[in-house]
Amino acid sequence: MRYAETGYNLEIDLTRGSIERVATDPRDTELYLGGLGTNAKILWERVPPEVEPFSPDNLLIFSAGLLCGTPAPGCNRTIVSTVSPQTLLMAFSMMGGFWAPELKYAGYDKVIFRGKSPDLVYLWINNDKVEIRDASHLKGKGSGETAELIRKELKEPHAQVASIGMAGENRVYFASIEQGRSSASRGGIGAVMGDKGLKAIAVRGTKDINVARPAEFMALCKEVLEYIKFRNENPIPGVMPILAGLGSPQEMKIHDEKWHTENFMWGNSRVRRKGFWNDEIAKQWAETLDSMRTRLISCYNCPMKCGATITPPGLPTYMMKCFSKLTYTMAAYSDLAFGLEIAQRATEYGVDGFSTPQVMAFALELYENGILTDDDFPGMPADNEGRFYWLLDRIVRREGIGDVLANGTYWAAKQIGKGAEAFAHNNIKKHEQLPLKLSMLNPIYFLMYATGEKINITQIEGQFPQAPFPTREEREAFVKDWFQVPDEKFKQILLDWEPRGEKSMPYYPTVDMCCDIVDWQERMHYIDDALGMCAGLSSFPLKPPYHIHNYPKFISAGAGIDMDEETLTKAAKRYRTLIRAFNIGRGMRRKDDKPPENHWKKRFPELEKELLDAYYKLKGWNEQGIPTKETLLDLGLDYVFEEFERREIYSNSEGAPSEDASPETAKN
Amino acid sequence: MGEKKKKIVKSITIDVEKCNGCRACEMICSAFHATPQYSSNNPARSRIRLIRDPLRDIYLPVYAGEYTPAECMGRDKYVIDGKEYDECGFCRASCPSRDAFKEPDSKLPLKCDMCEDDPPQEKPLCVQWCLNDALIYEEREEEVEEDVKVEDVEVGLESMIDKYGLEKVMDTISRMAAAKRS
Ligand code: SF4
Ligand code: SF4
Ligand code: SF4
Repeated sequence: MRYAETGYNLEIDLTRGSIERVATDPRDTELYLGGLGTNAKILWERVPPEVEPFSPDNLLIFSAGLLCGTPAPGCNRTIVSTVSPQTLLMAFSMMGGFWAPELKYAGYDKVIFRGKSPDLVYLWINNDKVEIRDASHLKGKGSGETAELIRKELKEPHAQVASIGMAGENRVYFASIEQGRSSASRGGIGAVMGDKGLKAIAVRGTKDINVARPAEFMALCKEVLEYIKFRNENPIPGVMPILAGLGSPQEMKIHDEKWHTENFMWGNSRVRRKGFWNDEIAKQWAETLDSMRTRLISCYNCPMKCGATITPPGLPTYMMKCFSKLTYTMAAYSDLAFGLEIAQRATEYGVDGFSTPQVMAFALELYENGILTDDDFPGMPADNEGRFYWLLDRIVRREGIGDVLANGTYWAAKQIGKGAEAFAHNNIKKHEQLPLKLSMLNPIYFLMYATGEKINITQIEGQFPQAPFPTREEREAFVKDWFQVPDEKFKQILLDWEPRGEKSMPYYPTVDMCCDIVDWQERMHYIDDALGMCAGLSSFPLKPPYHIHNYPKFISAGAGIDMDEETLTKAAKRYRTLIRAFNIGRGMRRKDDKPPENHWKKRFPELEKELLDAYYKLKGWNEQGIPTKETLLDLGLDYVFEEFERREIYSNSEGAPSEDASPETAKN
Repeated sequence: MGEKKKKIVKSITIDVEKCNGCRACEMICSAFHATPQYSSNNPARSRIRLIRDPLRDIYLPVYAGEYTPAECMGRDKYVIDGKEYDECGFCRASCPSRDAFKEPDSKLPLKCDMCEDDPPQEKPLCVQWCLNDALIYEEREEEVEEDVKVEDVEVGLESMIDKYGLEKVMDTISRMAAAKRS
């Protein structure tokens, strides 16, 4: 018997309309765990570098994590992996909610799509009964609307539905996949889903999920619940409220708008509005949120409440989480009510809440600077907020200038020319980033921004405090019950870390310490993504309930795989390296490992070089960022090494130029 | 009529305002009742059901009550605070008209047993796992008329009889018994 996992994947060929149930190899689970790990293995094996994002040969994989559907609290992530049309690298976005556990209960670990359906379809998985159904009546429908309609027509209120809106159908490069209170938004995976002619996947499961050693597993779960209770009652002192507790940043619950609006950038990530906040705004925005927010809600089997149902006056209710609360507001220099209202439409269209506002602000900046002109915006309203609605409507339909903007700032700037590139200034690996511009280089964040292949800072940061505590007493208090550290040395680093003076940024933590910190933080995220654990209970917050010491026990007792910290660390390194290798095959090299040019005003080129060199070395990559032969063989990735040899990767160490053609220009 | 006796009444107060819709209650109920205990879980086997419709702000944990062989003659529909609940939304019965509170494979009825266990649990499992205090457990002593306690097996058999007829069930049981003995 297989434990925690079901041992079966669904293989769907959308071109032929075929459906297969395929048994998986338990050896792969031992080596790559599940979720992201096994997704990476499948993509490596079946999607060679020649396959374009919008080729029928590109795969779109929806995977439940290894422990999804077990009683492990908060373990509910769906990991969606494919080749991104925007970055041309592996995209792996995660979504919480209820979908992954339902897939497990239906008897599958993954759904793997290949090919393209000539007509719009959706997949209906009802335990053993799986069918591809016509979705032509759902064309153009909103993501949430689609989910509702599907549940109605199937007469199955318990079905969990992941769907795309108009943006995905029209292959917008930052289209999301929406699923109730959650979404997989980054990397344009919604565009790949739309390209495949797949509108939605509905799933209902009523089968059992087994764990290997029940008593042990339950004891671990209880400990986690107890610790969540403890952490909820004991927020961490001395850090800002959204970092003090557990869960995804508690944007829905906490009125923290002052901090974000004063510290993050407005418009096209340009203007910092220090002193923006005042009592009147505070009162007005608090009223807005309190009046529109109906309820704080959670994902499957989790006691936290990171999401909310939002009902803007006169608009349908929708669900929201995290920082998308403010991204539209700040891009448009508007207020919270505007942000919450436009997010309703954006969610139905199915677009990423980070990239979308920025793309629109970018367009308006080009307009103000005469690079785009009135001819590009026929009929655009004069008022600021109206413009954002107008642009959003054009982008998701790929109408006029919207067709260009739908490719994201990087590709749009190239297409527009006339110096537009300078305005696409907030990207890493062609992908829009949080609107943050800071003064002095932070070496830890430098490494994370440069090398994080999830290309989103929230998907690599966590665990280690973002800034030093001012006093020794505070540091001592912090390290006292910091049992999550993989090694005692991290406590010493934190104890010695000062806001200024000799032991302060950018030279302290030292280069090696920074590398260790980043490596630890990244490892925890990668483990989460294989197990299906919510980062909000694990890799993201300070002092989380899941950590490197209890994870091996969860895997052993849950999946029945012998696991200790070392084996787990090595497994995570294995698929992390495999993802690196996949991207290396697609031309990614050291030149791509960099933060946005203007992220920090004060840079330290020599230190940055040292940091990158040391980090590559720690990771077992050569100076170009390519995993070395020794590393690959040590991880049992001999097949990667052989492929690298065959493709002469090591001799062609410059990689491909990072400006290949946009997939959209090569429509098929 | 039974005679009057002191009895511990176990009650769970459901505060729907506090529910975050996580369904941990469903999951853990099914795990607790798995054999061996906790070896598997499957919310479809749970004796508590969360009726959840976030867009209408409906979060309604309902406990499985008695098995009923026949559905009601009519349907009821509640509207509370402007929210319209589904037909039969509040009903606890394991009833032929719907899927709730039945084993997904055998369709045998399920009923909340307050997690009776030996040794007894401090609190029912669903309550233990609801960290949001949407489910609050209380015990109080009351004088009640003692009922004849209907065994789980009996409820199960009754539903089989309703479905297949007494004769068929008897036949099957004697055939199985004979097979077991041989
Ligand atoms: S911590 Fe928040 S985001 Fe994470 S699973 Fe729980 S409710 Fe969902
Ligand atoms: S465990 Fe509590 S909060 Fe979660 S669904 Fe059940 S009643 Fe609601
Ligand atoms: S009290 Fe026990 S049997 Fe009843 S619903 Fe809760 S967990 Fe299930």
